[in-house]
Amino acid sequence: MQAFTTLSAIAAPLPMINVDTDMIIPKQFLRTIKRTGLGVNLFDEMRYDEQGNEKPDFVLNKPEYRNAEILVAGENFGCGSSREHAPWAILDFGLRCVIAPSYADIFYNNCFKNGILPVQLPQEQVDRIMEYAQTTPESKVHIDLEYQIVKLDNNESFSFEIDPFRKHCLINGLDDIGLTLEKDKSIQSFEDDRAQNQPWL
Amino acid sequence: MSQPRTLFEKIWSDHIVHKDEASGTCLLYIDRHLVHEVTSPQAFEGLRLAGRKVRKPEATLAVADHNVPTSDRSLGIKQEDSRIQVETLGKNCEEFGIQYFGLNDKRQGIVHIIGPEQGMTQPGMTIVCGDSHTSTHGAFGALAFGIGTSEVEHVLATQTIIQKPANNMRITIKGKTGPGVTAKDIVLSIIGEIGTAGGTGYVIEYAGEAIQDLTMEGRMTVCNMTIEGGARAGLIAPDQTTFDYLKGRPMAPKGENWDKAVEYWSSLPSDDGARYDKEIVIEAKDIVPNVTWGTSPENVVPITGNVPDPANAKDASQRASMERALEYMGLTAGMRMQDVDIDKVFIGSCTNGRIEDMRAVAAIAKGNKVAENVYAMIVPGSGLVKEQAEEEGLDKIFIEAGFDWREPGCSMCLAMNADRLEPGERCASTSNRNFEGRQGRGGRTHLMSPAMAAAAAIKGKLADVRDFQD
Repeated sequence: MQAFTTLSAIAAPLPMINVDTDMIIPKQFLRTIKRTGLGVNLFDEMRYDEQGNEKPDFVLNKPEYRNAEILVAGENFGCGSSREHAPWAILDFGLRCVIAPSYADIFYNNCFKNGILPVQLPQEQVDRIMEYAQTTPESKVHIDLEYQIVKLDNNESFSFEIDPFRKHCLINGLDDIGLTLEKDKSIQSFEDDRAQNQPWL
Repeated sequence: MSQPRTLFEKIWSDHIVHKDEASGTCLLYIDRHLVHEVTSPQAFEGLRLAGRKVRKPEATLAVADHNVPTSDRSLGIKQEDSRIQVETLGKNCEEFGIQYFGLNDKRQGIVHIIGPEQGMTQPGMTIVCGDSHTSTHGAFGALAFGIGTSEVEHVLATQTIIQKPANNMRITIKGKTGPGVTAKDIVLSIIGEIGTAGGTGYVIEYAGEAIQDLTMEGRMTVCNMTIEGGARAGLIAPDQTTFDYLKGRPMAPKGENWDKAVEYWSSLPSDDGARYDKEIVIEAKDIVPNVTWGTSPENVVPITGNVPDPANAKDASQRASMERALEYMGLTAGMRMQDVDIDKVFIGSCTNGRIEDMRAVAAIAKGNKVAENVYAMIVPGSGLVKEQAEEEGLDKIFIEAGFDWREPGCSMCLAMNADRLEPGERCASTSNRNFEGRQGRGGRTHLMSPAMAAAAAIKGKLADVRDFQD
């Protein structure tokens, strides 16, 4: 997994609440057996018309936001299905960070497995960053995960909370499975106890 | 005296392999893992690349459901990428030694239907699947939640998951429900009340007389849609109804083990005085047959009600969201729900594809005809549901009434296979999500119970099932 430490990038504003994973990546793109290549279909139905042409008014189609690496969105971002294709599509497009007031649990969790930082900030602070991204698209948003800070070009800054274990894994790009396998003895003894006490399992 | 504990706390503490005291993060043991074709190929590929094995193949069961055709299967799967995905699952299961119900196995069906049907889902277990509707299995008093593909790989490799405990919420449905009110109406009412993010960070335990009165099928419907309220898992305390459902199923405990299991299962219900972080009480008599009007499962309205007005939204972002939903749905504020014409009906899904749902549809369909301009499909949740329905003669009632009786799968709940809405088409659906494009690009979904969907099929518009009942 790619580590996440700092990021200075254009932020694309998507002022919508309840952006669901069907919007992020519609089901017809879930037939893949790979993790890559989904970026072109990120937000497919909002981004393209029925003939497959770009809709010019969609934020990621606007020239000033095409190279965005940060997405700013409304509450309950990523609700719906557990499809990890949603963060895969976000990452494949080139976005490394989402800023929103709240997230759906499964999506939030999936981000960390893919080197994406989901920053959670109070509504009024997200509103401020949203406005900044809308009014000064050329300005960058700066994220520092170590110090848990989002900073704007005008030096306004916002600090965010994050679970220390997730932060540690993200900063170091750690593979969860490798970490867990180090506890193999504990798993084995748990299984042995179980076989003894709950033989029907 | 030990402190009173909730059902969730009991299951959680019985599955901790390791706890990091500083952060509270736990390594949690997973008893059962369900696998399907869409969210697993990348996980198996990850195992192969790292040279890892599946730690406990016998705790894992796989089936293809999302991509499978619900028409004649003798022709195989036409869509190439779908076929490759399904074939990949079969090959992966063979390579890693996992039991797989193939397309022509009568036990094949939607992953959340077949787990309980086989008796794989049992009280007190931890169960995961790369699908958000894994919450369904909570109906048995099992802690069951959806995970992403990276976590699927993690569970395959280690039989554990890294997680922090959730908060406890209890939703009590007091008293008895009225006529025409089903489990679907109960859960739609709940989501309408708490909102799609109301359960975020919680595990929801459903309690109260109206919940206890539900069959296992009904309990599964309620727990299934827990994720639509933002909570990863729903729970219902196991009781005699649960044990009766499980007894004799192929994967349920047998003989002496059955008695031991029942003894353990009986210890699981929350203790008196257990503490919940949040409590919600709903009077069952206030719940009526519901439908959704918008593009979020929280957009719930009684069938006797009208399309709401964005002018009454609580804030600007909600208003914008309601306006967008009305435009997408082609509805205007104030319109009577019962005046909304439909084009298609979809009956099925992991929410409402069980035998009881089939019976509810047959009860309304019997002696009636599907309206002229409506195409209505019924997709049983599994081959065994199909077989049972046919043994009871329900298929004849459906066909006689003009319904299309199909092969099992997820079908038009998410429209990954060939079953889908065309742009602008409106559907009365027993599925779980009415998101934009969910049942096909530009398609318009109204969620409701199977009986209500059958009533809509016959009337050609959204209808109150109580008008069909004596």
